[in-house]
Amino acid sequence: MGEIEQMKKEAEALKTQIEAARKAVHDTDMASAASGVAPAPRVQLKTRRTLKGHLAKIYAMHWSTDNRLMVSASQDGKLLIWDSHSGNKVNAVPLKSSWVMTCAYAPSGNLVASGGLDNMCTVYNLKTPVIKTVKELDAHTGYLSCARFLSDTEVLTASGDTTCALWDLETGKQKTVFLNHVGDCMCLSLSPDMNSFVSGACDSLAKLWDIRDGQCKQTFLGHTSDINAISFYPGGNAIITGSDDCTCKMYDLRADQEVISYQDAALNSGVTSLALSMSGRLIFAGYDDFNCNIWDSLKGEKVGVLSGHDNRVSCTGVPPDGMCVCTGSWDSFLKIWN
Amino acid sequence: MVSKMSSKMVGSNNLANARRMVQQLRVEASIERIKVSKASADLMRYCGENAKYDPLLMGIPASENPFKDKKPCTIL
Repeated sequence: MGEIEQMKKEAEALKTQIEAARKAVHDTDMASAASGVAPAPRVQLKTRRTLKGHLAKIYAMHWSTDNRLMVSASQDGKLLIWDSHSGNKVNAVPLKSSWVMTCAYAPSGNLVASGGLDNMCTVYNLKTPVIKTVKELDAHTGYLSCARFLSDTEVLTASGDTTCALWDLETGKQKTVFLNHVGDCMCLSLSPDMNSFVSGACDSLAKLWDIRDGQCKQTFLGHTSDINAISFYPGGNAIITGSDDCTCKMYDLRADQEVISYQDAALNSGVTSLALSMSGRLIFAGYDDFNCNIWDSLKGEKVGVLSGHDNRVSCTGVPPDGMCVCTGSWDSFLKIWN
Repeated sequence: MVSKMSSKMVGSNNLANARRMVQQLRVEASIERIKVSKASADLMRYCGENAKYDPLLMGIPASENPFKDKKPCTIL
């Protein structure tokens, strides 16, 4: 038998072994285990702010760690920095390329980043008298779908070239490339302890990576289409994913498997984005059907809906203090709800 | 509309790729797994302990809500 044939056989045996190991610990699922938990209250949130200013579809938004400022990105070719309390625009950053798909706020509040079909991640300094481009991170061979700052010196990116990468902002070079997905990477989420991250891709898989050694540690199966959104559960032991297959799922990292699926026969729109409330109990998931559905993460039940956008909800975000949820849409508006 | 262009699939008839895939599966197969009942219990406990700090779950009194007043957006 040729070596390739041997490798294929061993691969199949390992996959069978993994499936059996997962089954062996599958003594229940999350919804059954939570049957005794009191239901989450019916969640009825009001629109507190409608942020108007973008002239085209909004593709991404990200909260600052100060719980007040946020950055949004639109294919009108701008990043806008908003003061969510007053509803005022604090800054506007014109983009070289208007085909933006992601934006990020550094934890320090000093920097923001954007990227998209230009295949680059551009980092801007908000604190200089005039906003300056500090680095163009240029090495991906596919679009930039997501970027997140670890600090003012390190950025993580996910790309349509199927890789994720850790960049050194001082040199502008990739320190680590995370290789294993076989489809476009669409999203990433940093673990609370910052030692690992998870990515979701068009191969319908979510993967857990060690940031420092570059290794893929775990792969999560279950979705049947592109994973567009992903987030760590607070506490770091689980992740939530959202997919074009119209479902969201929770995967527990220590059980190494899907433990609950958030779906409804009446829902046949893809999930574009998601964000969690502070305790993790509520999942805010944005859909192609213009709504943001609110799920009880433990019981798998829909407990509310945010309706108000006139087009697809493309991004959602909850600030670190959990005081509201922001939705951004192709209708060019951002809404703040609580 | 942004199109998701799929890049080429990793060819599985390539020896180096096959070796890498087996290596990766060995890593993933070797982890310790805990029972879903324990994992679920831990997640439920986490939610329970943190529920009272979750403004969107508990509700926010108007006096403490920084977003309470609806003001028109000012264009700078």
